[in-house]
Amino acid sequence: MATRKETPSTPTAPMASTSPGATLDSPVKQIQIEGLVVLKMIKHYQEEGQGSEVVQGVLLGLVVEDRLEITNCFPFPQHTEDDADFDEVQYQMEMMRSLRHVNIDHLHVGWYQSTYYGSFVSRALLDSQFSYQHAIEESVVLIYDPIKTAQGSLSLKAYRLTPKLMEICKEKDFSAEGLKKALIGFEHMFEEVPIVIENSHLINVLMWELEEKCTVADKHELLNLSSSNHLEKSLQLLMDRVDDMSQDIVKYNTYSRNLSKQQQQKHQYIQRRQQENAQRQTRGETPLPEEDVSKMFKPPQPPPRMDTLLIAGQINNYCQNVKEFTSQNLGKLFMAEALQGHNS
Amino acid sequence: MHLIVNHMYYSLLLCVFSYSVASVCNANSNAAGDMSVYGPVVKIHPVVLASIGDSYERRNEGASRVIGTLLGTIDKHSVEVTNCFSVPHNESEDEVAVDMEFAKNMYELHKRVSPSEVIVGWYATGFEITEHSVLIHEYYSREATNPIHLTMDTALQSGKMNIRAYLSAQMGVLGKTVGVMFTPLSVKYKYYDTERIGIDLLERTRDAPNTTNGLTSDLCQVGGAAGRVQDMLATVLTYIEDVLSGKQTADNSVGRYLMDLVNKVPKITAEDFETMLNSNINDLLMVTYLSNLTQAQIALNEKIVVL
Repeated sequence: MATRKETPSTPTAPMASTSPGATLDSPVKQIQIEGLVVLKMIKHYQEEGQGSEVVQGVLLGLVVEDRLEITNCFPFPQHTEDDADFDEVQYQMEMMRSLRHVNIDHLHVGWYQSTYYGSFVSRALLDSQFSYQHAIEESVVLIYDPIKTAQGSLSLKAYRLTPKLMEICKEKDFSAEGLKKALIGFEHMFEEVPIVIENSHLINVLMWELEEKCTVADKHELLNLSSSNHLEKSLQLLMDRVDDMSQDIVKYNTYSRNLSKQQQQKHQYIQRRQQENAQRQTRGETPLPEEDVSKMFKPPQPPPRMDTLLIAGQINNYCQNVKEFTSQNLGKLFMAEALQGHNS
Repeated sequence: MHLIVNHMYYSLLLCVFSYSVASVCNANSNAAGDMSVYGPVVKIHPVVLASIGDSYERRNEGASRVIGTLLGTIDKHSVEVTNCFSVPHNESEDEVAVDMEFAKNMYELHKRVSPSEVIVGWYATGFEITEHSVLIHEYYSREATNPIHLTMDTALQSGKMNIRAYLSAQMGVLGKTVGVMFTPLSVKYKYYDTERIGIDLLERTRDAPNTTNGLTSDLCQVGGAAGRVQDMLATVLTYIEDVLSGKQTADNSVGRYLMDLVNKVPKITAEDFETMLNSNINDLLMVTYLSNLTQAQIALNEKIVVL
């Protein structure tokens, strides 16, 4: 029953030209992850999440100056129908209590989620991240993209809500005026925090040993030339989102048309009233009472702008991913050409 | 169909390539000898070892080693260890106390997430197997049939992290003193594809002086991969030159790999290759154009709405 959640995400902060760490005005400027967390996330998705289901889990760690250090994590079970009485909070509490016994950091600092082709910008993610960030100032959401990782390089991104978006979520004011006031565009919703992977020396020794002992040959997926499958799926998702977007636009257009029609009707009514009153005065009759115009013409409900924002953010994300993918493939094609050139 | 041809040939090419490089590197060195063993093969995932190392670093004051439970799946001939958690315990000269409640609890919690994992054994850090280990092993025999005992020398006593697995066997004279002997098992490492890519990244972080590294993106990755292939090419070339100049004796199997390698580059006429290349590039450029267009469209849409 795990629906593919869509969340709005705008990975780049507005000042993306300068180095990301220096210009974020949030309490967390950098994320430091231990290798263990990375491995655990990979394993969790590999074993428990297949296809387009998302897997989620909790991140544990601590805050050091302006860095957020993530030292451990534990997964959340999937929601299944027969587990209706499963208490998430209880599971979490028990897990954290147990981990505390073995001296693992038990401070909740965020959560992670896997994504399917980059489609994580959704209302659910926004709500979850908002509640996390509201409770714990420095929390982040780590998005792990397993399909991109399988293509050759680990794809892990950390996001936080921008302060502007936090304000809006607090006020729960999602109308067009509210968003206009805060000047939020789909690019200003999320900010990406740079990630650094750090390992203790003992783990480094372990890495050396593993490299020595392990005889798995490198597979070089990164240099794989086939691209059509991935491109097809990405474009399919993009098309779906664009369809949603166009529906949304149509809704907004009808709304604004209705609004302007109503305004016209209001004006006409007022004018007619005034004319009539003027006529009556000339004839010497009492003028008709001024009726409350606003009650007669109830303004139509403005459609919520939040969904549009989410969809726009998601489309933006898809486009970024597609562009990254195509640029990589272009590079690979030119390499293949060079290889062929030498041999022909 | 051109794309499929491309894809097959080039990935085969790279496979054979790395294989030949590996054999070149091993041409003179012997593989580490395994002890001949009976019993199941133990396949360990790297996440387990990282977990053990981490719990060793977080041990309580005064504890010289940590123990914990191993979770995984059992096969006919092998045991695959995919997860683990540490269990608090107290060890002194003459007694050992293990928090069994805790172990049971943790196992239940873990079972919620991955219902297919069962207890397959336990681990301990340290070099030797002590008498206390026997007791703990007995406890675990009650939880799982034929538990595996894994040791990892985190104190690096012998300069290496000896990762060994054992199975217990009864020995002694029937009716009289019966003891337990731990027979070693062969240990292999199993990686999922994505795990291997994660490990590659972690390996790269350890080479940096201050043990931190950021995640690269985009073309840097392709450049990095190309650099690695170039290094491999250099190794192969030095080997060939050594053989040609007589410094090394030629190995026939390596030679065969090399011949496979050279033959794998597909022989396509220049025009056909041009057409293939151009059509691929056109596809990619079109997609880039479309995505740029879409992004411009949504940005415009937003500006108009806000007006």
